[in-house]
Amino acid sequence: MNDPQYGWWLPPQISAHGDDIDLMINIIHWFMLALFVGWSLFIVFCLVRFRERPGHVAVYQPIEARFNRWLEVGVAVAEAAILIAFAMPVWAKVKTLFPINDTNTIIVRVVAEQFKWLFHYPGKDGKFGRTGPEYYADDNPAGLDFDDDDGIDDITVRGMHIPVDTPIIARLVTKDVIHSFKIPVMRITQDVIPGMEIPIWFEARSTGKFQIGCAQLCGLGHYEMKAKFTVESKQDFQRWLDEEHSALGLD
Amino acid sequence: MSEAHAEMGFLRKYVFSTDHKIIGIQYGITALVFLFFGFCLMMMMRWQLAYPGEPIPLIGGLLGETRTDRGAMLPNFYNQLGAMHGTIMVFMGIVPLAVGAFGNYFVPLQIGAPDMAFPRLNMASYQAFVIGGVIMLVSFFLPGGAASSGWTSYAPLAVIATTGQTFWLFGMMFLIASSLLGGINFIVTIIHLRAEGLTFFRLPFFVWSQLVTAFLLVLAFPALQAASVMQLMDRLAGTSFFMPSGLVVGGEQIAAVGGGSPLLWQHLFWFLAHPEVYVLILPGMGIVAEVIAVNTRKPLWGYRPMVYSLLFLGFLSFGVWAHHMYMTGMGTTMSTFFQITTMIISIPSVIILTCLVISLWGASIRFPVPMLFALAFLPMFGIGGLTGLPLGLAAPDAFLHDTYYVIGHFHYVVAPGTIFALFAGIYHWWPKITGRQMNEALGKIHFWFSFLFMNGIFMPMMFEGMAGVSRRLFDPTIYVTGEAAHGLTIMTSWSAWGLALAQVPFIINFFWSMRKQEMAEDNPWQATTLEWATPTPPPHGNFPETVVAYSGPYEYSVPGAERDFSPQFIKQEA
Ligand code: HEM
Ligand SMILES: [Cu+2]
Ligand SMILES: [Cu+2]
Repeated sequence: MNDPQYGWWLPPQISAHGDDIDLMINIIHWFMLALFVGWSLFIVFCLVRFRERPGHVAVYQPIEARFNRWLEVGVAVAEAAILIAFAMPVWAKVKTLFPINDTNTIIVRVVAEQFKWLFHYPGKDGKFGRTGPEYYADDNPAGLDFDDDDGIDDITVRGMHIPVDTPIIARLVTKDVIHSFKIPVMRITQDVIPGMEIPIWFEARSTGKFQIGCAQLCGLGHYEMKAKFTVESKQDFQRWLDEEHSALGLD
Repeated sequence: MSEAHAEMGFLRKYVFSTDHKIIGIQYGITALVFLFFGFCLMMMMRWQLAYPGEPIPLIGGLLGETRTDRGAMLPNFYNQLGAMHGTIMVFMGIVPLAVGAFGNYFVPLQIGAPDMAFPRLNMASYQAFVIGGVIMLVSFFLPGGAASSGWTSYAPLAVIATTGQTFWLFGMMFLIASSLLGGINFIVTIIHLRAEGLTFFRLPFFVWSQLVTAFLLVLAFPALQAASVMQLMDRLAGTSFFMPSGLVVGGEQIAAVGGGSPLLWQHLFWFLAHPEVYVLILPGMGIVAEVIAVNTRKPLWGYRPMVYSLLFLGFLSFGVWAHHMYMTGMGTTMSTFFQITTMIISIPSVIILTCLVISLWGASIRFPVPMLFALAFLPMFGIGGLTGLPLGLAAPDAFLHDTYYVIGHFHYVVAPGTIFALFAGIYHWWPKITGRQMNEALGKIHFWFSFLFMNGIFMPMMFEGMAGVSRRLFDPTIYVTGEAAHGLTIMTSWSAWGLALAQVPFIINFFWSMRKQEMAEDNPWQATTLEWATPTPPPHGNFPETVVAYSGPYEYSVPGAERDFSPQFIKQEA
């Protein structure tokens, strides 16, 4: 594992869809820079060339009224191109093509509360126990119904572990107010809305230890609502799961 | 008639006046005070961000134990400052200054009217604004302090927040009422009270910008007014408009009936708040257009396309609100719709900006202080507008959403953008309002340092956001991203304090020029629009004789004319 590098520009990128997003961010910024430099050069040129001075007079109508059509058309075309070529396909891929039929897919339930994250894995049986808001308690942060046998082997932890190169579906819920599940290195942000369960999916391309943050003001402790995010090899992930199982005393 | 006015008591004349100019000045001074106050809140936040956990110098000890711990800011106070900075700047600073002050003072003058259509309504609108403002300020002294759920007041957080939020909602109701009264007044005034000969396409661009702004206010604000009442009911009357069932806060089941939707609040809020950002910027564009026309000594290039763009912008601004909500879990169809409208709305902004820039071509450019601010507006607003592009597209927004990139983006629009435009307006119209010139040298110092520090504040924020630092964090350094970008944070903070110092020459100029500077002529800039036809300062009733408009607003350097300006109010020899 290399130490990830953070600085004054985009942080490390380890997500399967992240290259597309970064490419888009970069293309748009080049486009913006070109426009900005164009405008600025034009302005500076005018300020010097057309400054008031003895003998110089303004011209009532110096330019034909069609002059900036090209610019507008150019901007419109560039925006349309970015929209159609990048924005829509990337968003469609990230938001709709869920890997539900992929047998490798790992499903995690993420429970947000002021000011902690909880990660709920289905355990050995691959089934989540029944949950509901009425079961939330100090010793039951995931809100599991203890009468449901599917829940006996469920794992609940405060840090997220995922295996590399494996599609992950995270089902986001919150106990109290709106939070926002943000992993900068994965290039994802998703609000967690009370009363809803919102699924998102992503896939990590390399291993490492990173951070999850909350990106929606959720109260006093909003700023410290972070969690560890560990991407590990499939073997390490399996080993971690096994350890968590033993900790439950089920083997 | 003039005797009757001379007899008016001080209160009637300056406090309960119905004269649009006095009301404009009242709005202006109140808004400048609020703006400065909002800026002070932010300077305290900047200390905490740059030096987390260290006692605030000078004032740390004075703030009391509920806000600070041994002089160092507490998270609770930080959140109050953040929410109130946003609220004050938007609703009590920029809008009242841009619309209440400049609109009130100059719309009637520029259309050749003796006053606004409904002078009493105008007074009521100012009074509602003051009441709303006072409620907001008082809320700092409540137990639990002021509102702390962001200027967006998202439910359920705001619904379960302390009493400060109730005050925020009441305050907003008055501020909204104020804007509604003002908006109606502007619409009627501009449509009905134009001078003879002043057709719609002879209106100065500033008046157009105020007209569109007024429509935005009248059509968008009711949504938030209704939403505020609903949130108030949720807080006080046990309704659940925005509260779903089964919430558990801090281990306790919340007693709300449930069944409501937190997203409903967001839709209602942004349905107002997106048009609101155009309310923040359009009057600024109007001012810049006036100042550029005067100081280039030629007509604005593309006046008609600019007006059409303005109308289109106003219209479309009601169809983009949900681009603030891409991360709420919006489906592809919805997000595609809002991405398309957002890209389309950027076109008229580009047209307006480009027309202003092209107006420089072939000019004879003067560089008085108002022109410096107006020229600086162009690239600054340019940065603000351009950085909106990646945010308007859902995929890049998945990374940039709720980072400092957003803060940098909209501040480029409203701070070095709108605020520069407002300064341009103050310097430009000062001679008309006070009858005196402002000092040029102090003005230039004010401009150059403000320009430097504005960029010193907001450019680092763009990079901070790119580095992945989230906004609204009491202490960003607890994240790796925030730790790595901490140098930028410190740069921003020092620039913010520098910006405060840069306002000192302005404040000196403000008071000093009122007494000491030389008297101004009636038309010191040799401008063409109707406000310059009045005596200086304009008397009650504005125009000694009825004015008639004989030509378009920007007849500068007309071929064959004697002088390089041909005022609207003077009939040209054919
Ligand atoms: C000119 C100097 C200004 C500076 C240095 C400044 C600085 C800041 C900073 C640092 C934040 C982010 C706080 C955080 O995320 O924790 C912020 C938020 C904000 N500012 Fe400003 N600001 C300025 C002017 C303005 C103006 C003129 C407006 C509006 C017209 C404005 C509106 C806002 C809003 C709406 C927020 C968001 C508040 C929230 O998170 O609820 N600011 N400002
Ligand atoms: Cu949170
Ligand atoms: Cu949070």
